[in-house]
Amino acid sequence: MTVVPDAVATRRLLDRFGFGARPGELSAAVGQGFAATLDAMLAPAPSDPGVAATPPPALTSIANRGKAGTPAQKAAQQERAQGQNALTRWWLDRMWAAERSLPERLTWFWHGHFATSAQKVNQPAYLLTQNESLRRLGSGDFRSLAQAMIVDPAMLVWLDGRTNRVGSPNENLGREFMELFSLGVGHYTETDVREAARALTGWTVNASTGTARLVARRQDTGPKTILGQTAAFDAPSFVNMVVARPESAAFVAGRLWFRLVSTTPPPPGVLAQLTAAYGPGRDLGALLRAIATSAPFHDSATTLVKQPVEWAIGLMRAVGTRPSSVTTAPRARPVAATAAARADPVHQHLQALGQVPFLPPSVGGWPGGTSWLTPSAQLDRLALAQAVIAHAAIPPGPTGPNAQIDWARQVLGVDAFGPRSTDALRDVAGGDPRSVLTVAALTPEYVIST
Amino acid sequence: MTSPQSAESSEASGRATGRLPGLHLPNVTRRRFLAWSGVAAAAAGLSVGATQVPWSTLLHGAAHTPLQPGQGVLVVVTLYGGNDGLNTLVPAGDPAYQSNRHELAYQPSEVLDVGDGLGLNPGMAGIKSLFDSGQVAIVRGVGYPEPDHSHFRSMAIWQTASPTSPTGSGWLGRWLDATGDDPLRAVSMDSVLPPLLTGERTAASTLPSAGLTLPTGPSGAAFRALAGVDPGDDTMRARVAQSGRDLAQVEQTLGPTLAASRKQSSATGNDAGNSAGAQSGGAHSQLGDQLQTVAALVEARVPTRVYSVSLGGFDTHADERGTQQRLLTELDGALTPFVQRLQNSDAGRQVVTVVYSEFGRRVLANASQGTDHGTANPVFFLGGPVAGGLYGEQPSLTDLDDGDLKASTDFRDLYATTLAAVLGTDPTRVLGPGRTPVPRLLTT
Repeated sequence: MTVVPDAVATRRLLDRFGFGARPGELSAAVGQGFAATLDAMLAPAPSDPGVAATPPPALTSIANRGKAGTPAQKAAQQERAQGQNALTRWWLDRMWAAERSLPERLTWFWHGHFATSAQKVNQPAYLLTQNESLRRLGSGDFRSLAQAMIVDPAMLVWLDGRTNRVGSPNENLGREFMELFSLGVGHYTETDVREAARALTGWTVNASTGTARLVARRQDTGPKTILGQTAAFDAPSFVNMVVARPESAAFVAGRLWFRLVSTTPPPPGVLAQLTAAYGPGRDLGALLRAIATSAPFHDSATTLVKQPVEWAIGLMRAVGTRPSSVTTAPRARPVAATAAARADPVHQHLQALGQVPFLPPSVGGWPGGTSWLTPSAQLDRLALAQAVIAHAAIPPGPTGPNAQIDWARQVLGVDAFGPRSTDALRDVAGGDPRSVLTVAALTPEYVIST
Repeated sequence: MTSPQSAESSEASGRATGRLPGLHLPNVTRRRFLAWSGVAAAAAGLSVGATQVPWSTLLHGAAHTPLQPGQGVLVVVTLYGGNDGLNTLVPAGDPAYQSNRHELAYQPSEVLDVGDGLGLNPGMAGIKSLFDSGQVAIVRGVGYPEPDHSHFRSMAIWQTASPTSPTGSGWLGRWLDATGDDPLRAVSMDSVLPPLLTGERTAASTLPSAGLTLPTGPSGAAFRALAGVDPGDDTMRARVAQSGRDLAQVEQTLGPTLAASRKQSSATGNDAGNSAGAQSGGAHSQLGDQLQTVAALVEARVPTRVYSVSLGGFDTHADERGTQQRLLTELDGALTPFVQRLQNSDAGRQVVTVVYSEFGRRVLANASQGTDHGTANPVFFLGGPVAGGLYGEQPSLTDLDDGDLKASTDFRDLYATTLAAVLGTDPTRVLGPGRTPVPRLLTT
């Protein structure tokens, strides 16, 4: 293995634990060094002016009005679409605006982990509530986060927890909680799923307030046997029991690793270090520190495909384009573009690339790794990069071809361009600096987090 | 398959007329030349003098042979979420069905009779008429041993055809691995590649959602140059560059047909996806558009042998009846004109369409007017080479496995049937030994 220099590790940290550097941030972080940068990231957050200037939209529960096709129902549908659009626009702007990126990156990670889609949850206010919970609890202890998610209103709608009641359990939430959120497949049986569903009975969502509540007469209070333990499990005790299991520690560590480090799982020795740091307290901050200080994190071979949102937000941060300021839509609209998406070009470009926040393809979240490296993606990336860079708010670069290429490299925080990419950049260098940035954004050196 | 030599060689040498040998070219051009042409071409003394190199240079002269008569084409339709087979091919007259499904149950008078006491969902009128004309085969009770109730695991099992370790390559990905390098052999109409089309070393291509208009001028030259080889690339960076070369092939071979198909679609306001009814509320059907594009590509005899499309939303734990019927109506409205259109051309009559989902639903409805994850399900085959009718055994509704249907046909036997009859490949290369193709289902 080749250990990367401290400056490269620091740049990698800004990529993987954030959404990449804004102008000036990389050189400042490199000046401080990797260790100090990591300490600052994990320290308790002071107020963030970028976040303060990006308040969430005001969303309220939307009542179901009238029968299909009536004006009242159409108005409700439009209200939902507008709310969802506002929510998506706000979060993309916030990812871009946050001076402290780690909380946003973790919220984004947990959104893919507890993947909940507006496709079924047609109350944007519920999704905002969930998003705020993920952000508030995302770097604390996993137990609290999991406790919040098992009775989260959006989750109760998404995985039918609200219809799960004594005598007629709905297995959806219990199964996905064990498989996708806390344990991983192979660590429970079908009987455990059926018993877990019984433990989670009784929770509903109050439609007018958008809050979850426990209805005693819907709850199954009898004893359940789950993962070999018998007790009168309810939602909190079920979550505590599952999260405390050693398989859960390895699973959670592995999921963070997959998204922040590499699609190659950590070797057993490294995984043991991660789960030891995570410990009985299920301490996510300690786990993140262990990940960042593990040997593979500093290995030059540990590359990672940027997901479309990560690539796009990173690019917009680097060139100073606020997502909601982009007005250039793709040449042709994706056929399935919703009314909400049509109003928002960045949303539309991301839809073409296959990744829109609040619209994961399923409860399993988005795919990873080379799934994003399709032939069509490079063309869709080009369209987004052109739109974003047309709205860039950065000083024009130098004029000489070589100086322009190096300027683009620094703007995007690329360590070095190889001969193929340098060669491609020379086709446009010496002309409009925006074209140089656009090509630089499509280089394999930038599409992949090295 | 493709033959990566002569076409480009002659083109490149033609362009190089009157130029100095590559060794004396400026550095940039020389480097690009080496990167694109590879060592073998460099050794042959070819040179590329222009700085704006067309896609054809990237393609290493890949010359595609059009789809030949007798070469089958497979269209895979994946229904994500676990489609309820019992409410798709409905045993409406079975008292056990009525007592288990209460509010969810269809009455015998509502379903579209296909014999054996079974009827299709009322949303499937078009497929029913295709069935009556012998173009649809329905294999009943399809599954695999020790069924898994997780969407992801069960879909991974279907897509990898590997029930015990469903983490590796997809079954059609292994077919790609076994049959060469041409990226056009399989095309996903969805922009994110499904696992079934990912092999160990090759993968299918995808189509850009915004059409295939490539940049021109210096930006276009740079865009193309990014697809070049760089020996310093790691695996991931190399895959990015490779995806650019694959795009070049897609553009060159499929581009003209795609453009014409899109033009046609916007001119006619193509609402093929909605011909079967108003349940979809007049919304545009993406699946319908995708299948019309597939039809156009097949008619143009592009060399693609496998297409993948999908429809999601079948995870009906609650309020299932309306949701599922709406989805099946969309499926019906997309598939019916597609299958009908394909009967009008020789190439189209070589197409077999397969429709499957990762599992069916539990026999007993839940309290939310929905159903939980189940097991065995019907699989549909449509098209000219299909010998229509009902195959396999309808699972019993009383002899259950812990509340679930028992499968009687292993889905891998259907894959084996398809590989042999449609793709002309020995199934053991993809599925391992021991599979039994279903006799007479497909004519070759």
